[in-house]
Amino acid sequence: MKQSYKKNKKRFVMLIGLLFLMISVMTVNDSALSSRLLPVLPDHLLVFPNDYGAHPDFRLEWWYITGWLETDDKKKFGFQVTFFRYATDLNFGNPSRFAAKDVVIAHLALSDPAVGRLMHREKTAREGFDLAYSKQGNTGVKLDDWFLVREENGTYQVDMRSEDFGLQLSLRPTQKPMLQGDQGFSRKGPKPEQASYYYSEPHLSTTGTVFKNHQSFSVDGVAWLDHEWSTAYLDSDADGWDWIGANLDDGSALMMFQIRGKKGDRIWAYAALREVSGEMRFFTANEIEFTPIRMWESPHTEAVYPVSMRIRTGEIEWQLIPLMDDQELDSRQSTGAVYWEGAVTLIKDNRSVGQGYLELTGYVRPLTL
Amino acid sequence: MMLNRWLLVGEWRSHIGQALVTLLAIAIGVAMGFSIHLLNSAAFNEFSAASKDLSGQSDLLVRAKTALMDEALYPQLAVYDGVAVANPVLELDIAMPGKRQARGDYKLKVIGIDMFRAAQIAPDLLGVPEEGKAMDRLADDTIFLSPAAMSWLEVKQNDTLSFHVGIQSVSLRVAGGLVRARSGQSIAVMDIGAAQWRLQHLGKLSRVELKLKDGVNHAVFKDKLEQHLGTSYAVVELENQEARVANMSRAYRVNLNMLALVALFTGSFLVFSTQALSIIRRRQQFALLRVLGFTRRQLLWQVMIEGMMLGILGSIVGVVLGYAIAVSVIEFFGGSLGSSFFPGIKPDINFEIWTALIYFVVGLGVTLLGSIVPALEAARAKPALALKLGSEDAAMKKTSFPWFAIMGLCLAVIFTQLPVLNGLPVFGYLAIALLLIGSIALIPHVITWLFAATVTFRRHIRMGAVGFLSLARLENAPNHASIALGGILASFSLMVAMAIMVTSFRESVDQWLDRVLPADLYVRTAAVGDLGGFHLDTQQIISAFPAFSRVDFFRTQQVLFDVDRPEVTLFARPIDRIDPRNTLPIINDETHAVIALDSLPENVLPVWVSEAMVDLYGYQVGERVMLPIGASTHEFMVVAVWRDYGRQFGAIQIQLDDYRTITGDSTVNTVALWLQANVSMQQVIEQLRQLPFGKELEISRSSDLRAISLEIFDRSFAVTYLLELVAVIIGLFGVAASFSAQMLARAKEFGMLRHIGMTRHQILLMLATEGGLLTSLGIMFGFLLGWGISLVLIFIINPQSFHWTMQMYLPWGWLIMIAIVMLITATCTALLAGRRAVSKQVIQAVREDW
Repeated sequence: MKQSYKKNKKRFVMLIGLLFLMISVMTVNDSALSSRLLPVLPDHLLVFPNDYGAHPDFRLEWWYITGWLETDDKKKFGFQVTFFRYATDLNFGNPSRFAAKDVVIAHLALSDPAVGRLMHREKTAREGFDLAYSKQGNTGVKLDDWFLVREENGTYQVDMRSEDFGLQLSLRPTQKPMLQGDQGFSRKGPKPEQASYYYSEPHLSTTGTVFKNHQSFSVDGVAWLDHEWSTAYLDSDADGWDWIGANLDDGSALMMFQIRGKKGDRIWAYAALREVSGEMRFFTANEIEFTPIRMWESPHTEAVYPVSMRIRTGEIEWQLIPLMDDQELDSRQSTGAVYWEGAVTLIKDNRSVGQGYLELTGYVRPLTL
Repeated sequence: MMLNRWLLVGEWRSHIGQALVTLLAIAIGVAMGFSIHLLNSAAFNEFSAASKDLSGQSDLLVRAKTALMDEALYPQLAVYDGVAVANPVLELDIAMPGKRQARGDYKLKVIGIDMFRAAQIAPDLLGVPEEGKAMDRLADDTIFLSPAAMSWLEVKQNDTLSFHVGIQSVSLRVAGGLVRARSGQSIAVMDIGAAQWRLQHLGKLSRVELKLKDGVNHAVFKDKLEQHLGTSYAVVELENQEARVANMSRAYRVNLNMLALVALFTGSFLVFSTQALSIIRRRQQFALLRVLGFTRRQLLWQVMIEGMMLGILGSIVGVVLGYAIAVSVIEFFGGSLGSSFFPGIKPDINFEIWTALIYFVVGLGVTLLGSIVPALEAARAKPALALKLGSEDAAMKKTSFPWFAIMGLCLAVIFTQLPVLNGLPVFGYLAIALLLIGSIALIPHVITWLFAATVTFRRHIRMGAVGFLSLARLENAPNHASIALGGILASFSLMVAMAIMVTSFRESVDQWLDRVLPADLYVRTAAVGDLGGFHLDTQQIISAFPAFSRVDFFRTQQVLFDVDRPEVTLFARPIDRIDPRNTLPIINDETHAVIALDSLPENVLPVWVSEAMVDLYGYQVGERVMLPIGASTHEFMVVAVWRDYGRQFGAIQIQLDDYRTITGDSTVNTVALWLQANVSMQQVIEQLRQLPFGKELEISRSSDLRAISLEIFDRSFAVTYLLELVAVIIGLFGVAASFSAQMLARAKEFGMLRHIGMTRHQILLMLATEGGLLTSLGIMFGFLLGWGISLVLIFIINPQSFHWTMQMYLPWGWLIMIAIVMLITATCTALLAGRRAVSKQVIQAVREDW
């Protein structure tokens, strides 16, 4: 009896997962192109503060914040906070207040070396009744009692708590937004429509509280925000990507990624380094290199991740050392996405030069039913 | 105990037929009881589990007193302090075209859910779309069906399912199955937004299920929330849900179980008669055993062991048979036993070992009960007397206790005056049992008095030797006679009682249907949830037809009065202001007063309530009551009670105008139409069909509705008829067994009669006369007793179980027919048994050591 219940539960988990496999891999095939949703086009200028807000005309959008936090007694945490908005492309004519036009998904993760594995929670809800929404005009997303909001002065407020852990942070920008790609038009593949609008806010000065097991810790640190929206994103041959966003100690900011193909090839690569002066340096594909140094096998999913890597942008080489190995976000219990999302230290010439977040997706084979 | 076994085997071997019949009777009694219990409990448990599954792991649910609530409450509840998850649900039963209404399973339960909320409370309800079509679960044109619903509706994945909602048709794509549904459970799931839109319930929810945060005190939370929500909402716990489901079918289940017990009871009577006669027959054998050194205790033990063996074997066969019957009934007819209490499920029968044991013990107990009196008597007999011839009748003298019988009957009368116990007519059933036992115990005395009274009559009238002998025999051996008579009495009286009850009920329903279906045509829209269906414009179109002499609009709704009970039906319709009796089947007698409408104080709204409202909610004529109609509660005065055989959980009627003023809802669900004298019904139906929304209308002639109602009535009594038949057959077995046992016991008497010159033919004639006289007596008493029992059934048990009263009607034709059949059967049995006894050699019959 218990066995069969478990079996059912597992089955149900995978079924929910199917809806979001799409989101975690973001492979959108051609048939899913809609006449209603807009494509991402080059030569489009981002306009602020409007573009801080939601873009319901595009299929997928996310606000994604990662960062390093430190308590008064120098204990270190890594954190990740993500709000997704997904347009179902359905229910246009449906006047019901429940009509599922947009779905909000939120991920919360905390890396604590004292715990040794990633603590994480997810929630999903349809927009409506003010219980879940993504506002236009300025950043304002909410899912039940979790929210992320950008105040008039540009400071972000985040409050996300679950029964056993949570965050309440205030994130103040210290630099201008960093427009990725061509003025915010960021390509993800060989086809021109495989692109997103993408800006980052590096070097967010962060203060707030970390809640853990009914204790609270005052923290401060540095964070990184990505806001990205698109309709068609990845090539159908894409297998996953390696991504890093890092706040370097000298005030510069590095973002680079590569999209891996199913045949072990590389479909796309991108890297940008913004100096403190604001000058952007872009690198060509062959100037960009991700080289695994150490692999870690997840005991939860049996996926093998290159948790420590050597990365190269042109002549500069960094080494990535994870805060801890087990920073895998295994949400097969709810939304189905599985990826490694971890706090890493950047080492150059045997010296720590910055802190960032490494994201590794597509290392788990889709489970066969 | 070699001897015990030897005696037992010897007895059974020589009377194997009797032993088998007794065994079979016990087995059938146990089997009926056990299978009915299994079927009912399986159906009930499955139904209850299925309703529970729909609410998943929620702690509480919030619903409105009316069928549906405003969705605006949902976001309030979602952020209410202490709530972990709030799961909004819109649940509607939708009539499926082409499915028969009379079968009670024409509605599909469609559940609208928000998958993201439901996943945390009732994950089983999530749809399973085709691979790669995950978004079907949020689409506005899809529906997911349980396997049972798919096979019932004969659709598969990607087919289109079409049905009517109000006066519009809806087509949805079957996008797949469900994560898990109970086998046989017919349900459908849609996205809640799609359901609100497609099923025309924008802004409405059926309920919001709540899961509370860990550590929240449920009772405190519930109190607080109830205060916050006010009187038009109910906060329902799981126990309330269970109680509600149990209340829905309890009276029905208990009544069926009682009927099954009646079959077992007649079986025990059969045990008694065969055991008693076997003891009379073996009187000398037992006396001999006593003389040879058997103690009383050993003899008692011997007879009890015989009974026990019969009981054990019979009960084992009965339990196995009962299980087999239950399994095959589920297999071939489904689990509802003809009732419509458990729609949309197909239960599995589990062999419940403890219940099986209970039925085994009941079967054995009944058998032991049937053999204890004969056994005591056998043990008590004085061996010296018993060894003599002709003492057989004396043997049973002590079995009749006149005081016990009179006491039983008196107690029965007292019990009929007692109220329900725990909502069940327990005392009514006890009264019936006491009436039966008391009457049977009284029989030997009645026979003696009766035939003694014929002595004078016999002196004056010349009658043949045969008649004289028959009467003398009946007068002087009343115990033999009473055993046979008891069987006839028991089975005939039960048959009469059931026949009178069912006829009275059916006649009353028939007359009631005349009163409640006065119009020629009834036009309805496909009923869905709370939907009115006909808006003012469509109402005007229909009213404008020249073919109608009168048009009445009805608005019906389900209203929750008590969270532990099923909903009450609210009718809003025009009720004749001058004489409401023209509209409603009002009861106006010494116990039911009626308040004239013109004597009502100003601004007091009248409400007419069904009898169930009086029983269940204590409503009294003249009482002012608060009714949850519309958005809040309103005060009404109960002005009269009306009879309702349609809704045993209660119904109330108010003026349509009052309803519209209170709620502002001008829609209606049903239109009653009276045709002009010169208009043909067929023509009118065609005209209605040609309306823009004509295809979606459900148009019924009142004669059709009537036929459907009576068909439903007959089907729900089908099981009753079957049980009754079984009881009668067992009763007839008892008669046959007691006659043939008597004949064998009287072989010596027949031998003697042959010796003094009676012909074989005369003896047979004598037997036939005896049998005929006894049966006639049995039928006479049986009729009286049956009539008495039917009074209890009609005036005590029915009102207490189902909350409706009825008038009594006697089905004379049928009663006379079964009386004749009974008379012929019993006389023939007596004759057949007699032929065997008489066929023995005269010399052999009078020998002592046969």
